[in-house]
Amino acid sequence: MDLVAVTAFGILYAIATLVLLALGLAVIFGMMGVINLAQAEFLMLGAYTVLVVTARGASVWVGIAVAPLVVGLVGVLIERTIIRFLYGRMLDTMLATWGLSLALVGAVTLAFGPTTEGIATPLGHFTIGRYSIAQYQVFVMAMALGSLALTWGLFNYTRFGLVARATMQNAGMVAGLGVNPARVYMGTFAFGAALAGLGGAVMAPLTGVVPTLGLAFIAKIFITVIVGGPVILLGTTTAGTVLGLVESLVSYASTPIYGQVAMLAFAIVLLRLLPQGISGFWRRGV
Amino acid sequence: MTAARLAWAVAVLALAALPLVLSLFQVVRLTVFMIFCLLALSLDLIWGFGGILSFGQAAFFGVGGYAYGVAGINTGVTALALVAGAVAAAVLAALLGYFTFYGRVGAMYFAVITLTVTLILHQVIGSTADPRYAIGAARLGGYNGMTNIPSLALELPGRPPLLLDPVPLFYAVAALLVAILAAGAALVRSRFGRVLAAIREDEQRTELLGYDVRWRKLVVFVLSGAVAGLAGGLFAGWGNFINPQVFSLSQSALVVIWVMVGGRGTLYGAIAGAFAVQFLTSYLGAASVTYTSVALGLILIVIVLLFPRGLLPGVLAVARLLLPRPSPALPEES
Repeated sequence: MDLVAVTAFGILYAIATLVLLALGLAVIFGMMGVINLAQAEFLMLGAYTVLVVTARGASVWVGIAVAPLVVGLVGVLIERTIIRFLYGRMLDTMLATWGLSLALVGAVTLAFGPTTEGIATPLGHFTIGRYSIAQYQVFVMAMALGSLALTWGLFNYTRFGLVARATMQNAGMVAGLGVNPARVYMGTFAFGAALAGLGGAVMAPLTGVVPTLGLAFIAKIFITVIVGGPVILLGTTTAGTVLGLVESLVSYASTPIYGQVAMLAFAIVLLRLLPQGISGFWRRGV
Repeated sequence: MTAARLAWAVAVLALAALPLVLSLFQVVRLTVFMIFCLLALSLDLIWGFGGILSFGQAAFFGVGGYAYGVAGINTGVTALALVAGAVAAAVLAALLGYFTFYGRVGAMYFAVITLTVTLILHQVIGSTADPRYAIGAARLGGYNGMTNIPSLALELPGRPPLLLDPVPLFYAVAALLVAILAAGAALVRSRFGRVLAAIREDEQRTELLGYDVRWRKLVVFVLSGAVAGLAGGLFAGWGNFINPQVFSLSQSALVVIWVMVGGRGTLYGAIAGAFAVQFLTSYLGAASVTYTSVALGLILIVIVLLFPRGLLPGVLAVARLLLPRPSPALPEES
């Protein structure tokens, strides 16, 4: 009985991390159509922000609060200097952000060194029967739900969200109504970057902080968003649930490496059957 | 036509004469550059002519190398191992291509999927450090790599195998490069190649004209995978060693950079790009891997922003604008 509860908790946790990490990409890629291969480096920058803040003596929570702001600013900078010249040229965007990803990993390695730095995990443990579980994992789940709700609320119930969705559909019309589309693109990109920064910061105490941190996640988050399909939030959540389930079940049965292989293979077969992604046949919306 | 043949003849003769004037070290280095040229060629074949950007060429290269190692260590027949390398990579390309092209996955998704396959192969092969991960006598060796891979040898029936030391290996690789370049050029000029160019220009229109686009994309992807696998096999035989680094992000980026520097869609450009970048990095190479990664990244960004058609074609176009053109003789007015 306890074992079942713990396993279920583990699966839920795997799903929550996948959603938390993929959410920023879902906004940038799913909504804006920008394939940002440097997305995983935004996660890494978020994690480094926590590292820097805690090294100054502040608590992890301060770091997690600051990280979205820092990475959001980095997002603005990158959008202004690189991405904005490449809207509509998807392959070129992809190549440029790939270069950005290599350069960011290299630059952070030069600045902080190639070693893995640990951050002490805050909060204690609670027990289910004979098993002990970190409370921080519950916090991660809460953050995943929270950022999902925030994104959903922002795009559905605010003026910015309305304008952003309109801009993605018809930028010319929006410009005709007196809104500058370039600003909206910048804001949306920055929001996606900030979400990634938050995700990386929340995961930092669990994964350790290393310049190549993003490598472990980039394959996963792209698969999740691609499988999710055009309805970005619900699609990403559904894909995260399905793929997280496959990954954690296979990981329990063998090793985490095979869990990833199974997840990728499952995703490729799924795309053969549903080329538009899971939400391809749903009514469109955010 | 005759001028093109003359250029070919001069190039082949120059290549043949190189080992006579270069030091042994330079011959060995040039050999590996030519192997990289093959890899660049494989990407240009699918990207420049089929219009399909694959980030997975490094994966096929690596799979080819590992297959060469496994087959070479177990059978000792290196010609067979080389074939195994090309076939293994072709099979992976066929599997991947079937699911993506027949699933009508978009070009962007295709690029991302090939990238994720490469990254996951990196982790999978890296996790095989334990001695129980062995195929026959060949230990995969995790991040330490696979060692004791046999060098390429010429095995004729009824004779002891003749090990190819640096200079014969140089000629063997050069011959393969020229042969595959010629085959690629012929393929591009053939009927199949023309349909391929049509797919690159407008996939939907080509399909509406009655051509099976999926099948043709699959064929060119498998061919390109086989060439990359062959290059990987040659690489493993050249260095007697292969490790998961071949699946890394920077290695995948390098292949794309070679083709972007040389300009895509010419085959020769890919080769020129691979040579140029590799010479440059081996001269700058004293610096650490970290600097290389920063430099590679910045090069990619700059090329994409400033020379979207490729660096060499861009520079040539600028040069053509700046140089005073010989004014054509005007017909005299009567």
